[in-house]
Amino acid sequence: MLRGSVGLIALGSLLLSGAAVAQEKIKVGVTATLEGTYTVLGEDGIRGFQTALNTLGKKVGDKELEFVIASTDATPDSAVRAVRKLIEQDKVQILLSPLSGDEGIAVKNFAKSRPELTFVNAASGAQETTYVDPAPNFFRYNMDGAQWQVGLGKYAYDTKGYRKIATVGEDYSFIYTQVFGLVLEFCGAGGQVTNRQWVPLGTKDFASVIAALPDDVDAIYLGLGGADAVNFLNQYQQAGGKAHLMGGSIMIDQTILSSKGNAKNALIGTIAASGQADTWEDPGWQKFVKAYQDSFPPNKRFPSPSLLATNYYGSTMALILALREVNGDLSNNQAKLKDALAKIELDAPNGKIKLDSNRQAIGTNFVTEVVDDGKGALFSKVVKVIPNVNQTLGYDPAVFAKIGLPSRTIPECKKY
Amino acid sequence: MSLTQLHAPATVVERPKFPAWPELNNPAAWLVALILVIMPLIANGFFLIEIFGTSLILGIIALSLMFLAGYGGMVSLMQLTIAGFAGYMVAVFGVSGNANISLGWPWWLATPMALVLATIFGTLGGALAVRTEGIYTIMITLAIGAAFYYFTNQNWAIFNGHTGINTVATPQFWGVDWRSDIPFYYLILAVAALCYFAVQYVARAPFGLALQGVRDNSRRMAALGFNVNAHRVAAYAFASFIAGLGGVLQVWNYRQISPGSVGVERCIDILIIAVVGGITRPVGPFIGALIFVILRTFALDVLIKFGLDGNRFRLLIGLGFLAIVFWSSDGVIGLWERWRRRQTRTSSSTAGRRHG
Repeated sequence: MLRGSVGLIALGSLLLSGAAVAQEKIKVGVTATLEGTYTVLGEDGIRGFQTALNTLGKKVGDKELEFVIASTDATPDSAVRAVRKLIEQDKVQILLSPLSGDEGIAVKNFAKSRPELTFVNAASGAQETTYVDPAPNFFRYNMDGAQWQVGLGKYAYDTKGYRKIATVGEDYSFIYTQVFGLVLEFCGAGGQVTNRQWVPLGTKDFASVIAALPDDVDAIYLGLGGADAVNFLNQYQQAGGKAHLMGGSIMIDQTILSSKGNAKNALIGTIAASGQADTWEDPGWQKFVKAYQDSFPPNKRFPSPSLLATNYYGSTMALILALREVNGDLSNNQAKLKDALAKIELDAPNGKIKLDSNRQAIGTNFVTEVVDDGKGALFSKVVKVIPNVNQTLGYDPAVFAKIGLPSRTIPECKKY
Repeated sequence: MSLTQLHAPATVVERPKFPAWPELNNPAAWLVALILVIMPLIANGFFLIEIFGTSLILGIIALSLMFLAGYGGMVSLMQLTIAGFAGYMVAVFGVSGNANISLGWPWWLATPMALVLATIFGTLGGALAVRTEGIYTIMITLAIGAAFYYFTNQNWAIFNGHTGINTVATPQFWGVDWRSDIPFYYLILAVAALCYFAVQYVARAPFGLALQGVRDNSRRMAALGFNVNAHRVAAYAFASFIAGLGGVLQVWNYRQISPGSVGVERCIDILIIAVVGGITRPVGPFIGALIFVILRTFALDVLIKFGLDGNRFRLLIGLGFLAIVFWSSDGVIGLWERWRRRQTRTSSSTAGRRHG
């Protein structure tokens, strides 16, 4: 019985601690995928976020920023649950959330039910989040999956000479958006996408997928991430796969390139496109990489920040700079902060970022190729830098709207 | 299990006139009921819905499992799937942000439709499962749960795939927004109470007693002329309806449903809730759900507060469950009962008191 009462007291103190409210503090809730398939991505996202705090500090005028982190598992329901917990229990005023595509769509919809709060997207990249019925209090400082593929299709067609490709991707909104960007450009240049395979997020056994890969294609595009990507590579190597590969933005990323084992070596020479390139010479990027490396011991981080770290860094930076601009003034339903967030132009590590009228980032994209640094570590080497990529990918908005929303079969492989 | 075995004949012999409600004579039950009713005065929005509301909803779903496992001896892992099916049907027939999928029926049409379909779904699943026993029942119901999860994850025409259905409309009538915190809490409480007493009643009704007979010795019951499988399928139908009610509340709670809500691990969560709470009594699942929700919500904060790596919070959850199951194989209810028994042994004045 003693045990029971001790438990009750512990529980009671827990309940009480949730109610304590700080005064001169601005509370910000952060979510990341610290569970499930995308755990590694979430952890590096948090590292990017902490790097931003180390670089910029937590002070806004005379107020101090306080952060509460909640965990999700890349499913929309876990994101909504985490965000609700942060708002209702921890009383956060601003959200830095979420990480993954479908989470983004769900959180954006949730944001509409709390119009007084401010939501800064942390890293999610589904097109629908800001393109369809955007929430006025939801700001996204990273590009979407389609923007992150700009340049890849043309490079594959013109420079690499690929004419026919097949795709394998995770069956959800972010990868649809990535394949959308790739297919538009590759088919627009004259290429063919003969086969699109979709696997559920969290797939462990890729045997049937690998067996169904067509032989008569020049390259296979992989839109996988986290544990799924590593599992695929291991099994692909065991199956003796030798095709040319192309990669999506979270496939050719330090979360995969730094994985253990040598399955990742299948990726050497793979071309990809993303919102960053590990070996970019730009001083701003190099400074960020240095700050990231200095913030964590080598065994607790990747050799170079992943796309998620960069996104979390950029989002945190936007939020802190905007808060400083309004001197932490959150009165009148945070109107001033929202205004500042919409107008801010970021000098982010991965290039200049500004927002369009849907509060979606217009930024810089990178076409890369995977190289071995000679010591067994893999990096993405920059091949081409494309500035000012907007959400309609340079298409006229009316034409872009006709293409339809990214899905398993959209866009068709043709020139729009 | 032994408790109900002892108890069932006792009820019949001692109180043959009508099925009694032992809660009415138990001051602790009245106290709990009172606290639940005045909860909105005590708890703020977060505790009201996120902790107590969610616990009651999960408790309702786990109650349907408790009914099947405790009285019918059938451990069904598809109760959450049935709840999720009801939730999906509310989203599909009702109003949501995905206008190309949702049919836009008003809530008073969509909700009964969802409940009917969920009951049919659960009954059909049950009809499959009753052909098996023991571990095979667990396996076949788990298979139904897993199949449903993968189906929703990959079907875009009805279930909208991994994205799920967002911004599901919630009922508003009599000038009340039934999803605002306090009305919604009372709605959940009313449904939970209804389900609780329904299970209590059915367990003591002839059908429930026959079901317990089927659980204890199905051959003998068959020899006595009972249709064993019909009783089991009927139990599934009843449990499916309860699970469906929980599912409807669940989708109103989050206003959103996606495959993650019906994943296999969620199905197992329901089993954990029922086992931790105890499957010998209808109140067990609600206690289990409260413990589960508290652990799930606060484990991360506790670890960080003690300066530990927050990423290991699942470990804390696991340890909590391990501790409960280690000290009491029949859940928290079992702990309580053992404590009561020790009390009666030490204080002779209350000798021979029975409850349950």
